[in-house]
Amino acid sequence: MITYLIRRLAYALPILLGVNLLTFALFFGVSSPDDMARLHLGGKRITAEAVERWKVQHGYDLPHFYNPAGEGVAKVTQTLFVQKSLKLFALDFGAADDGRDIGREIGKRMWPSLVVALPTFVLGLGAYLAIALFLVFFRNTAIDTVGVILLVALMSISGLFYVIGGQVLLAKWWQWVPISGYAPGLSGLHFLVLPVLIGMVSGIGDSTRFYRALFLEEAGHDYVRTAHAKGLSPFRVLFRHILGNAAIPILTGVVVVIPRLFLGSLILESFFGIPGLGSYTIDAIQAQDFAIVRAMVFLGSLLYILGLMLTDLSYAWVDPRVRLQ
Amino acid sequence: MMGIQPTLLISDAVLFLLLAAVGAYVWRSRRSERARATWRGVFAARMGRWSAWVMVFFVSVGVFDSLHFRVAVETPAGQAQQYSGEVLSVLDTVLTPLRTASEKTYSAPLAATLLVKESVTLADGSVARLAPAIAHVHPLGTDKVGQDVLYLALKSVRTGLLIGTLTTLVMLPLACALGIAAGYFGGRVDDAIQYLYTTLNSIPGVLLIAAAVLVVDVQIDAHGEWFNSAAARADLRLLALCAILGLTGWTGLARLLRAETLKLRELDYIQAARAFGVSHGRILARHVLPNVAHLVIITVVLDFSGLVLAEVVLSYVGAGVDPATPSFGNMINAARLELAREPVVWWPLATAFAFLFTLVLAANLFADAVRAAFDPRGAG
Repeated sequence: MITYLIRRLAYALPILLGVNLLTFALFFGVSSPDDMARLHLGGKRITAEAVERWKVQHGYDLPHFYNPAGEGVAKVTQTLFVQKSLKLFALDFGAADDGRDIGREIGKRMWPSLVVALPTFVLGLGAYLAIALFLVFFRNTAIDTVGVILLVALMSISGLFYVIGGQVLLAKWWQWVPISGYAPGLSGLHFLVLPVLIGMVSGIGDSTRFYRALFLEEAGHDYVRTAHAKGLSPFRVLFRHILGNAAIPILTGVVVVIPRLFLGSLILESFFGIPGLGSYTIDAIQAQDFAIVRAMVFLGSLLYILGLMLTDLSYAWVDPRVRLQ
Repeated sequence: MMGIQPTLLISDAVLFLLLAAVGAYVWRSRRSERARATWRGVFAARMGRWSAWVMVFFVSVGVFDSLHFRVAVETPAGQAQQYSGEVLSVLDTVLTPLRTASEKTYSAPLAATLLVKESVTLADGSVARLAPAIAHVHPLGTDKVGQDVLYLALKSVRTGLLIGTLTTLVMLPLACALGIAAGYFGGRVDDAIQYLYTTLNSIPGVLLIAAAVLVVDVQIDAHGEWFNSAAARADLRLLALCAILGLTGWTGLARLLRAETLKLRELDYIQAARAFGVSHGRILARHVLPNVAHLVIITVVLDFSGLVLAEVVLSYVGAGVDPATPSFGNMINAARLELAREPVVWWPLATAFAFLFTLVLAANLFADAVRAAFDPRGAG
């Protein structure tokens, strides 16, 4: 197990380095720090001094890969690549354009994100699996046909519609829940109802259909026929045999996203005023704060790779045949 | 008689190229009995037939909106003929009554008056507050600046179609070349390509797209010489968005193709072709590609609806098409705060969502019919 984890970490390094190089090429190759400065200072008529000053203020006044002015190691370390890109590996995200420390912001904002994303994920997964099992139980009947048509209709609706519709209906007209807002702890529980509900509903179409297809494939196997033939109750076959054997493909899609729950959802957080990483990211995109976007890209990849490792561990957990070495 | 000058935006050219390619595919598959039978299967299903008709409607709107021209303006005799800077399309001409019939501000669908009251001086000199009558009837009302909502929705169709199809054009060659190469050659090539798509996959999709759009925006701002009109600029941004979506979206199909090619590679007829000394290029073209074509077709049709919906989210995030381009995302973005107004303005938002829903539902149902016909096993 330990050797397996170490080997997986060794695989992860080149991927993170690739992400790092890609974002570096995007932000410093395709567009230069000069472009960034001009964008932030606004307008076409900006003096070269103003551009220089902005670059010095934000630490962009360095060469890309090699600094002949430095001494010894500084020739390599006093460069954009090391200062702005490689430092991400040490989780040193630097400062945002408004001067605040990105790492501190991330540490503060990931909890509200998780508070919304985790219940959405758990309740959503439960609901999707339950509906999918229900439809598979009634396969080849009108219930299944109508159910599938409904699912296709649900997945054809834009996610923004659920958000706007939910806010108008539940919060504005019926006034069951506040329209938006956030408070930490139990006192803020009523703020969570609407975003969690809408997060769940907007995923119903796609996910339930996916799980239904998985279960149907499983239900077509011979062992299911055998189980029915030896007189097991349909419920037992469904929950024990079909659900159990579909666990591996379900875990493949599910476990990998768990670490990313910290990142939150861009749309939900910005509509519901939740001070999480999702709204942080969307604000950064709209303010064109490249430093934050770069940090979030790196963090996202890091969490994804963590998710891949967790997925492998979960295989070994549900399936005794899988051995990690 | 005013002259016109046909104008070909880059996206128009690419769209027509794409239509020509689809035409060529249809012409080719007409001769193959099997392909004909499969496609007949798509249209034999009731859902497939109906959704295909809806798609035909949307595609025709998009095509008529892609035949662009500029109208000649009065030019003194003896000078070269000059043309208006405004680029119009055949659809604009058809919809002239809607396009030119603008009001001052909001008016409800089929309403006779504007939504808001104004102080009007009556004939006897007294001042009354009443809603002014509108100049034209608008089937779906007008928006904040008095533009006809139905016209805006129809204009948005082209943007949605382009994003759903042009993206595929960028994505397909990459996915096919890399996916098949990884599966067929294996070894180092496979390692390199797998590394490439794992790396791309590891970045959260919206973030990668947003980052690329930010960077492209900076470039477009810095290079005014790349375009000569506002329409060309908006067009360039639309193309850039498609290219970005394509460059970041090829990994899913590439993985599928890699897995399928891995299986095909071991089959007897390909082993035999190898033993006979047939070149790799010929094996790939004659034996591998035709046998993975169904996966490609299914993916293309399936991806379409997702891309149309993605445009809305990206526009909200601030990484969508040019704000001046009519699109469902821009319509929804502009209208989403209007529900909070008093009296409620619901029609721009409702129209955008209704059009979007119809388009995406038709695309999804059509995709299901295609998948059921091309891959009977995987129908879910």
